[in-house]
Amino acid sequence: MAKVKMTVNGRHVGAECEDRTLLVHFLRENLALTGTHVGCDTTQCGACVVHMDGRSVKSCTILAAQAAGSTILTIEGISNGGELHPVQAAFKANHGLQCGFCTPGMVMTAIDMIRRHGANLDEATVRAELDGNICRCTGYHNIVKSILAAAAEMGGVKQAAE
Amino acid sequence: MGVEGIGASVARKEDKRFLTGKGRYTDDMSVPGMKYAFFVRSPHAHAKIKSIDMAAAKDMPGVIGILEGKQLQADAIGNIICGWMIHSKDGSPMKMGAWRPLANDTVRYVGDAVAIVVADSLGEARDAAEAVVVDYDVLPAVTQAVKALEAGQPQLHPEAANNLIFDWQLGDAAAADKAIAEAAHVTEMKIHNNRLAPNPMEPRATLGIYDSAEDHYTCYTTSQNPHVARLVMSAFYNVAPENKLRVIAPDVGGGFGSKIYIYPEEIVCLWASKKTGVPVKWTCDRTEAFLTDAHGRDHFSTVKMAFDKDNRITGLKVDTIANLGAYMSLFSSAVPTYLYATLLSGQYAIPAIHANVRTVYTNTVPVDAYRGAGRPEATYLLERTMETAARELGVSPAELRRKNFVRTFPYQTPVIMNYDAGDYEASLEAAMAAADWNGFAARKAEAAGRGMKRGIGMSCYIEACGIAPSAAVGSLGAGVGLWESAEVRVNAVGTIEVMTGSHSHGQGHETTFAQLIADRFGIPIDNVNIVHGDTDKVQMGMGTYGSRSGAVGMSAVVKALDKVEAKAKKIAAHLMEADESDIVIENGELKVAGTDKTLPWFQVALAAYTAHNLPPGMEPGLKEGAFYDPSNFTFPAGCYICEVEVDPETGTTEIVQFVAADDFGNIINPMIVEGQVHGGIAQGIGQALLENVHYDPQNGQLITASYMDYAMPRADDLPSFKLSHQNTPCPSNPLGIKGCGEAGAIGSPPALMNAITDAIGNNNLTMPATPQKVWSALNAVN
Amino acid sequence: MYATNYHRASSVQDAVRMRSAADESKYLAGGMTLIATMKQRLAAPSDLVDLRHIPSLRGISVDGTSVRIGAATTHYDVASSTELKAACPAICDLAHGIGDPHVRHMGTIGGSVANNDPAADYPAALLALDAVIVTNTREIKAGDFFTGLFETALQDAEMIVAVTFDAPAKAAYAKFRNPASRYAMTGVFVARRDNGDVRVSVTGAGADGVFRHPGMEAALSANWSPDSLAGVSVDPSDLMSDIHASAEYRANLVKVMAKRAVAAA
Repeated sequence: MAKVKMTVNGRHVGAECEDRTLLVHFLRENLALTGTHVGCDTTQCGACVVHMDGRSVKSCTILAAQAAGSTILTIEGISNGGELHPVQAAFKANHGLQCGFCTPGMVMTAIDMIRRHGANLDEATVRAELDGNICRCTGYHNIVKSILAAAAEMGGVKQAAE
Repeated sequence: MGVEGIGASVARKEDKRFLTGKGRYTDDMSVPGMKYAFFVRSPHAHAKIKSIDMAAAKDMPGVIGILEGKQLQADAIGNIICGWMIHSKDGSPMKMGAWRPLANDTVRYVGDAVAIVVADSLGEARDAAEAVVVDYDVLPAVTQAVKALEAGQPQLHPEAANNLIFDWQLGDAAAADKAIAEAAHVTEMKIHNNRLAPNPMEPRATLGIYDSAEDHYTCYTTSQNPHVARLVMSAFYNVAPENKLRVIAPDVGGGFGSKIYIYPEEIVCLWASKKTGVPVKWTCDRTEAFLTDAHGRDHFSTVKMAFDKDNRITGLKVDTIANLGAYMSLFSSAVPTYLYATLLSGQYAIPAIHANVRTVYTNTVPVDAYRGAGRPEATYLLERTMETAARELGVSPAELRRKNFVRTFPYQTPVIMNYDAGDYEASLEAAMAAADWNGFAARKAEAAGRGMKRGIGMSCYIEACGIAPSAAVGSLGAGVGLWESAEVRVNAVGTIEVMTGSHSHGQGHETTFAQLIADRFGIPIDNVNIVHGDTDKVQMGMGTYGSRSGAVGMSAVVKALDKVEAKAKKIAAHLMEADESDIVIENGELKVAGTDKTLPWFQVALAAYTAHNLPPGMEPGLKEGAFYDPSNFTFPAGCYICEVEVDPETGTTEIVQFVAADDFGNIINPMIVEGQVHGGIAQGIGQALLENVHYDPQNGQLITASYMDYAMPRADDLPSFKLSHQNTPCPSNPLGIKGCGEAGAIGSPPALMNAITDAIGNNNLTMPATPQKVWSALNAVN
Repeated sequence: MYATNYHRASSVQDAVRMRSAADESKYLAGGMTLIATMKQRLAAPSDLVDLRHIPSLRGISVDGTSVRIGAATTHYDVASSTELKAACPAICDLAHGIGDPHVRHMGTIGGSVANNDPAADYPAALLALDAVIVTNTREIKAGDFFTGLFETALQDAEMIVAVTFDAPAKAAYAKFRNPASRYAMTGVFVARRDNGDVRVSVTGAGADGVFRHPGMEAALSANWSPDSLAGVSVDPSDLMSDIHASAEYRANLVKVMAKRAVAAA
């Protein structure tokens, strides 16, 4: 057992856990941030995606101890008060979710994808970039649509600000 | 319809909590004192348990208790049962072998539960589970149904000689034989419907809480039908009487059938909570899910389809062997019988049909309903056969189908079903237009120029949803009725709660059910809460599967709304001194037609609860319940067209377009319906192209036990889909709904396989059409 | 996962000392294979020594055609390095095709090479590029480094610090992914030097792991063209066979991927 400290969604947090504790379990059980999910045991489904130091990672394949000292952003930390993040809003407007289980990972993936590609995303790129996220409900059709809509929206905002 | 009424693509009310990480799934639940369970499971496909030694494990750190099957049996916890009785054609009942929630003498598949370890942490529970020493006497195993029927194979249950569970038939064998004997042409095929793992993204989980002070149990579980779970656990498994058992299915992350059933883990965790004195949570990991969630499909069939000289189908004869796994799961017997053979007429007028179905035990996890359940197997068999027949007869696949479509309704098939409404030609035409069927030859030539083989295929499916009426399904062997319930509770200031026996695990009921109320009373959907998934809050209901929530669940809401509306109108008429028949409800107001007299909805609700001025003799309050039992099944149908390009060098198939034209009857929320179709098609494409459960035939080990070996459809395996609807309202329910949840998974596999076989010029191809299989099939013809 | 002890190293010396202090210890880089394997209880190191916080292990330097990639450099950083893209775009493309975006943000070249998974991508590249694996104690040629399935020339506690190679005139990697795992079911890296030397290495297919194919190398040395591979035979008896692909099918894929790599180079 060791005390692990990190910054999660802007808050400094710390908790005792075994060294074998995975980041996803640290978030879910020590911090009660249950929005990050576990959907597989082979690092493939992406339900557990969070951002670590600004990059999307699979929190099921990182020890909490590895993440000590880092800055973590989870699904609970992206909306601004009551207002949905543009990616969240796009998923809602385009019916990009059904059962909701893969959704937090999809949203965190989409934010990272848009960060790297901006408004230049096209359908083929979005589909390729979703390689590490599995959805069983939507057939991805509306997830792709949601991400493209969010990228256009966010790209537009960026241009307007420049 | 209004912006939030019937027919509007309203954004979902439930989305915000899922999008912000505030969904509440079973594994998210935590209660004081809660401990973690890990199951000791059989590593063998078939073995006798000689002994279980827990001594070392009990001393491991954090261990609270380890419990085995003998203790469960001593506490009189019952066997897991199949709830649908099927009789063989000789009149004998199906042979149901004993399924103990924890095996106490024999294990029959890899993953069969043997003991439960409860510990302070999941890691400690798993550590201790590894220290439980089970001494097995390993027996030979058989995994394939066809082989399991042969002489000399391992026998799973003493009740079932040669592993045969039942040998059942439907239809007229003599008539079908005669049609085949007299046919101008007979198309014969062997059809394999591959075995699938359902894979909802949320793995199963359960939290069992025993309260000794109240002698009461609470079960949080990943269920599609919490009331059925409570019923079965009370009436058959002897866990607790219904009034002492609360079952809650909170947010559930997909089901696709696999969460209908009551599995050993729910029963054992509740029992273990009482035995250990702590709340016990178990969460499945994905490998365990592959090992223990009920699988789907796994049929081997032979089919003969007879045609006259005008290419009209004169008869159909089908022989099917269905693998039911090691034990009979809850609805397993219904899937290859009444959900399968009854659909063998497809969209076609076939005068003579006969189906023979044998179901078989094997050393594999139980097989039960998976999205479509029997109907995909029927559709695949028929539509592959139709395609093959068209090729053999030298006619276009569309023409052959057109010639044989049912065109007048109602239409009585020779296999029980009475089709009530449909327009199959309309869907065919719409799909062919959307796919630019006539332009295919040019596209094929263009692809050939790039070295690619392009193919096109279609499938015209029909399915049956909203299985009912209850008396009819009872006469066919169902142990339950398949009605649905609703209660509409108008609060004192006019907001509304609707308690429904349907369950949402992704379908969006909180939105679509609320749209019914918005449509009826003109109040915003934000003023309506849909309550489901908790046996303490909701009256008995039957849950969600078989695309029944719309046709059956919503119809129950409509019935309750009729009663609420009638009472509200009586109150309004009394308050406005008008005749009840003159009251209309519009935009949240009750009006006297033809006058300017109005009362806001909330004032009528308030009047019902203040009860200061009600019509003489009227009870206070505004709350009505209803049970709805449909008069018939519903029959969604449609036409799917798939176009592919096969890379001849690697055998890789790319889906270049996928068109779906569906008839779902009336639609409440088109956006949600389209989402259901997208997901269904993806699962159907998964079956045809990627997914396959593979057990090692020698030792019964599951080879495809993770996403490393079981190919799940990813975003880049799929195209965007082109959808359209050609709706003929269903005459059998008040909303005219047919159901849309399974159609995509039913209609798509044959369209894809017809397209690939068209592209490669070899019809000898089984699902999934992996690159290697396609490459080999191509080489076989070159 | 079994219980383990986590250590974080801040220098190479530090890491080697920590690793040597425990018998059943392992280095932990991105962890995309090791943590995944430990989760399945298929590996049970008593101690893990985290290398992610050693600055000297990260980064890419390019000097003309001379390339050095620090062992703890992530796949994402390799894929998106503009100077590397200018010198040897093939390795950037390869890195961009490893795993998925999230895995690429964590996984490292050193971790991949040290693990030598028979379906990993980097071993094919390093073999074809005639790369040198630089450890804390010595330099090992790629041809001597990969010794079998999950086997390398690394000694106990020896640690990869960098990979170096001289960028070839032409190179490309073509991969056919396993439909389930998305690892290479067959991946072929081709590289051609200005002097006409050609190397062709194959991953995902060999029964003994990554290998070079002399027949294809000879054909391509004689004539650098996809068509020159038509007459070359690939012997299936040396290849893996599993539920996804038979040895015969893999043999076909080896040729097809090699052709496509040459066409793309």
